[in-house]
Amino acid sequence: MTAIPSFFTQSSPPGLTGIKAWLLTHDHKRLGLMYLYAVLFWFVVAMVIGLLIRTELMSQGRTIMGPGMYNSLFTLHGVIMIFLFVIPAIPAIFGNFFLPIQLGTDDVFFPRLNLFSWYLFMFGGIFALVALFTGDGFPDTGWTFYVPFSVQSSSNVGLTVSAAFILGMSSMLTGLNFVTTFHRMRDKRMGLMQIPLFTWSLYATAWVQILATPVISITFVLVVMERLLSIGLFDPARGGDPILYQHLFWMYSHPAVYIMILPGMGVVSEIIPVFSRKSIFGYKAIVWSSMGIAIAGSLVWAHHMYTSGMSDVSVFVFSLLTFLVAIPSAVKVFSWVATMYKGSIEMTPPLLLSLIFIYLFSVGGLTGLVLGAVGTDIHVHDTHFVVAHFHFVMFGGTGFAFLAALHYWWPKMFGIMYPFRPAYIGAVLTAVGFLFHYVPMLILGLQGMPRRYYDYLPQYETGNFLAGFGGYLLCIGLVVMFVNLLASLRHRVAAPADPWGATTLEWRVPSPPPVHNFVDKPEIMDFPYDFRQVGDNSASQRS
Amino acid sequence: MEHETVHPPMSYKALAAVLVALLLLTVVTVAVSYVDLGFFNVPVALGVACLKVTLVLLFFMHLKYEGPIIVFSFIGTVTFLIIMIGFTFWDVAFR
Repeated sequence: MTAIPSFFTQSSPPGLTGIKAWLLTHDHKRLGLMYLYAVLFWFVVAMVIGLLIRTELMSQGRTIMGPGMYNSLFTLHGVIMIFLFVIPAIPAIFGNFFLPIQLGTDDVFFPRLNLFSWYLFMFGGIFALVALFTGDGFPDTGWTFYVPFSVQSSSNVGLTVSAAFILGMSSMLTGLNFVTTFHRMRDKRMGLMQIPLFTWSLYATAWVQILATPVISITFVLVVMERLLSIGLFDPARGGDPILYQHLFWMYSHPAVYIMILPGMGVVSEIIPVFSRKSIFGYKAIVWSSMGIAIAGSLVWAHHMYTSGMSDVSVFVFSLLTFLVAIPSAVKVFSWVATMYKGSIEMTPPLLLSLIFIYLFSVGGLTGLVLGAVGTDIHVHDTHFVVAHFHFVMFGGTGFAFLAALHYWWPKMFGIMYPFRPAYIGAVLTAVGFLFHYVPMLILGLQGMPRRYYDYLPQYETGNFLAGFGGYLLCIGLVVMFVNLLASLRHRVAAPADPWGATTLEWRVPSPPPVHNFVDKPEIMDFPYDFRQVGDNSASQRS
Repeated sequence: MEHETVHPPMSYKALAAVLVALLLLTVVTVAVSYVDLGFFNVPVALGVACLKVTLVLLFFMHLKYEGPIIVFSFIGTVTFLIIMIGFTFWDVAFR
């Protein structure tokens, strides 16, 4: 197996060398890595911005910046994290790399479209950068671009929403590619109930990407038209409706939360059975809950608008529907925990990060119920409680799932192992920092501290200081993990084809995989998580 | 994997029949616009439009000959569109 050249040394299409082999590639694996580098760049930028925001809030009054800069920075943090990190992170990186392999095929259905999606992603990112340094200053609307402020603001909102429009197109095309690959490229012997759960989660996500993204794209176009032509779509003085904007925005942006979390759930569904050496509990229930989350999650968008002036009937119905989403989410959590029950659990960094995911995501989900119920939501609406809930789901959930995926598939993507100890230290530091960072925010919110405020009353100072302290701890943990992985590229320890004793098809190909993925026709298992044929492969021998 | 579907060739005669039906329905749309049907003005106009869309989708866009996945995908997409528009208008109706 070692004699087979990897995708790093062979280009697709053949004959390309150097930078051309990357910039003109049709290979889904190279594109996955190209997304990895771009997404990590944006993650670091947004993380630094987030740290600056929390540093500013660590003490009352001006600490390191003025209110204008503060408004711009929380907008940038949100826009970059959402559109350039959380949405593309798992589908674009790991989805591109592993979806075709898990389906037993050599590439996605539209390889050129895949490359085009990457260029759109890069172009959108560059557009966002240009928006920062042109016009009348950084956008200051928050990542939600709510009207009427986004229409009236003199900052560079037009270019920023245009960047989001382009990024949305990239996301939509990736989704289209995944759905088509799922149906048309899958190995003919692989039935629907033989597909790995990560791929199922990407499939559910892809549908949301295809159906919901056009709504936000059109909405952003309307905002630009409103700014340029003053049509009056959202302006009550001209017969428009500002709440219509919120409907349109959340029609995408709430399902987008499931674009962000579903692939993370897929990652955890892969990792838990592998390191429990036990078949996943409730495979079909997890598949259907993925589709259930995608469907139910698309019916609940207006729970972001309870205090916006929406009709009481709508508030009641959307609150009721919101609780539906909790059911498939709980099915997944139950299945993960039940998988570990009486399993032969082997601790590794991916498993530790997955366990942290389950805990933090559960807290995020449960605090979501506080916000889904109208009575309690009205009390904590637009407070730090919402910020903490959102970050518990998005960072505690998707962020930790991303880190788990990175540690799980790193040996496959680069063909090298990494030391476990620094990964454990980094993961624990990040988790402890996370709790110090966001638990005080939950309490601050319950005490009434609004979100997005530059300054606050004296009683909120201790909580804000603690949150800032936790933020630094969290970032140190992340740095430890990333440095550990990067250092493994320098001190190379070759990874075997299947270092974890896993069963899905990506572990049946060499590490890193060859350009066409499979050297021989892959064997399709009746059930993708059958560990009966996997021998003992202790992690302690690999670290 | 789902099996590739083979599209049965549609004869020019059948295609022409669909075209004639569409033209006739266009005439109906224009004609009913001159008749005051009261409450039914909009439902009738929308009904005729939906019928025309259905003909185009079924025959010109070959939906009639596609496998269940494509049909299911299409119906799912339209359902979501209906929900998105319906729920929003619902809010306005009760506001």
